[in-house]
Amino acid sequence: MSKILIRGAKVLGGEAQDVLIDGETIAAVGTGLDASGAQVVEADGKVLLPGLVDLHTHLREPGREDSETVLTGTKAAARGGWTAVHAMANTFPVADTAGVVEQVWRLGKESGYCDVQPIGAVTVGLEGKQLAELGAMHDSAAGVRVFSDDGKCVDDAVIMRRALEYVKAFDGVVAQHAQEPRLTEGAQMNEGLVSAELGLGGWPAVAEESIIARDVLLAAHVDSRVHICHLSTAGSVEIVRWAKSKGWNVTAEVTPHHLLLTDELVRSYNPVYKVNPPLRTEADVLALREALADGTIDIVATDHAPHPREDKDCEWAAAAMGMVGLETALSVVQATMVETGLLDWAGVADRMSLAPARIGRLAGHGRPVSAGEPANLTLVDPAYRGAVDPAGFASRSRNTPYEGRELPGRVTHTFLRGRATLMDGNLA
Amino acid sequence: MLSSPGGHPQTTGHLISAADLSRDDAVLILDTAEEMARVADRPIKKLPTLRGRTVVNLFFEDSTRTRISFEAAEKRLSADVINFTAKGSSVSKGESLKDTAQTLEAMGVDAVVIRHSASGAPFRLATSGWIDAAVINAGDGTHQHPTQALLDAFTMRRRLLGRDAGLGRDLAGRRITLVGDVLHSRVARSNVDLLHTLGADVTLVAPPTLLPVGVETWPCEVSYDLDRVLSKSDAVMMLRVQRERMNAAFFPTEREYSRRYGLDGDRMAKMPGHALVMHPGPMVRGMEITADVADSERCTAVEQVANGVSIRMAVLYLLLGGNEPAVTHTRPTAAETGRAGTAYAEDSEEK
Repeated sequence: MSKILIRGAKVLGGEAQDVLIDGETIAAVGTGLDASGAQVVEADGKVLLPGLVDLHTHLREPGREDSETVLTGTKAAARGGWTAVHAMANTFPVADTAGVVEQVWRLGKESGYCDVQPIGAVTVGLEGKQLAELGAMHDSAAGVRVFSDDGKCVDDAVIMRRALEYVKAFDGVVAQHAQEPRLTEGAQMNEGLVSAELGLGGWPAVAEESIIARDVLLAAHVDSRVHICHLSTAGSVEIVRWAKSKGWNVTAEVTPHHLLLTDELVRSYNPVYKVNPPLRTEADVLALREALADGTIDIVATDHAPHPREDKDCEWAAAAMGMVGLETALSVVQATMVETGLLDWAGVADRMSLAPARIGRLAGHGRPVSAGEPANLTLVDPAYRGAVDPAGFASRSRNTPYEGRELPGRVTHTFLRGRATLMDGNLA
Repeated sequence: MLSSPGGHPQTTGHLISAADLSRDDAVLILDTAEEMARVADRPIKKLPTLRGRTVVNLFFEDSTRTRISFEAAEKRLSADVINFTAKGSSVSKGESLKDTAQTLEAMGVDAVVIRHSASGAPFRLATSGWIDAAVINAGDGTHQHPTQALLDAFTMRRRLLGRDAGLGRDLAGRRITLVGDVLHSRVARSNVDLLHTLGADVTLVAPPTLLPVGVETWPCEVSYDLDRVLSKSDAVMMLRVQRERMNAAFFPTEREYSRRYGLDGDRMAKMPGHALVMHPGPMVRGMEITADVADSERCTAVEQVANGVSIRMAVLYLLLGGNEPAVTHTRPTAAETGRAGTAYAEDSEEK
């Protein structure tokens, strides 16, 4: 098997070390490692992280191959430093059977750019009425452990309770898209000063917070674990903090865009800023950063949501919700968390690799950078500065809110079980 | 609009929001509208100003009165007019706003008057780079309706200050009360913005359910009690309330709304003698306004419609007419001023 020597990388941002990859595993970590027979990657000044793990990715296949496929989505993932992504269930058909999750799982295997772990729907057709065959999806080749109706909220309290109970049989987790449907009918953006001025239907924070409050209580009641998708408000942070203080099994994620962008951007009426949950206020952004730093929020997840150009090149109300995020996530986290002093690189490794792999019970990912571990690694050049150019994206879609914005850091290399999927910034 | 320093930099050359207008912009439009109004008094109600220019009225939402008002204004300025309504057009077959706009521009239009149910559609049209034509917002969703606010201000200035005495002046210190469904009203948003710019003191009156989140930060007062503000109002503008709102629990019943927030003869009697009753139309008689109030001398609803044509002429002229003078006659003489004022003599000056 081939050997690769990564020379002089700051492992988790610490002292410069050499990392020798032999085949699919890390053979040695140290200084002055022997380079003979190995391809050398000079990593002076770069930071080496365990391969990133995304718990929330929309790959769109099957059904919306015009916006993304498993192949293009995993290429985008490799460019962003991800070695594993969890593919959301809201495809066409919905991933609510063993057949569909196995199809997505197989497509991931064929792509080779990163591991694709399918998420199964909680309810049939995401309709919130009848539990999907969660056990069958778990027992399938895809081995589903994370279940979500993401895009829709499991708003029926009884269905949510049963799902939380049922997945205990195979150590599953329900990832909730917290959105009280009645409070968000016709919602177009965060409800607040800006929505009132722009005349756009409001998506109030309470619609998220009330569901989170209910679900942490349900999870506690049935002693199961619940994961909160894309938490977006300061109030949600308070509820999760309280639930964790009780010792309840609650985890939460935040997206990169909710760490950086606010609803002030909607004043442009440019639908590239239209996303669900919506961009909130500055106070929310600061609370989310603080919560990610102190561990109240466990992970960063992209909610990578590709849409074709025509679904954004229109008036706000007609536009689709969502942003691509795989190829910019680490840069946004560097800008909002590392360069603000809130989180060090070891913290980034935890929030973007170790913790998401743990929540998803994903073997072989989110492991320490040490000898004997699988060689899933991401090399970042934190000194890089550049404007985001969507033309360079591997994703089939270009709906990024960061076009032209200068962001720090660039992933130069990604290794999946010892094989470079990204080498010197180029897909391998 | 009009390259005003306070305006939105992206919307210069368009009229998208009343908030984009500076005080001087707004007064210029009102003054220009007075000049335009004189054209209506002539035997031939037509100016050659926009001869050879093409204006399209792009209406994605039914609004016969606003479209006809713009059309009349365009024709009086001798523009070529194209009317485009969504019904029976390619829009109903799924064509996007972008394609529709570009199709029209390819036919050579100089200005697009757009009415759309989506808030922000005119802003998008003006700023997305899809087209080069001037964009005039004729009402978008629950966002803005700037020409309505201008015609309302024009009506107030004429009635409260006088047709000629008002020239060059704003509405400083006038107390204007807006009553009704502020939450869903682009008329309310536009009026709050423009009246504030013109120096008026605005009070919004509505049940709490029909006020937007954060209204306390708007440049106006808010009250839940209509009776307490009537005696302190120089004009009371009643906003249309759709009966369907009660199905979404914004208020319990039509009768309860009417009792608490409707304007009837008894309430009108509490207003100062000079105070106006205004309504942007269409009125829901028996709901927000009783027939006797709607038909009274103090109600300016019909006058507002007439003024709408003058305002839209002024806006079109200022956006498209370049530097040519709008009206070639000289400023009115003192005698003409006196004569012009007679029609409004009783109400023209606040005592």
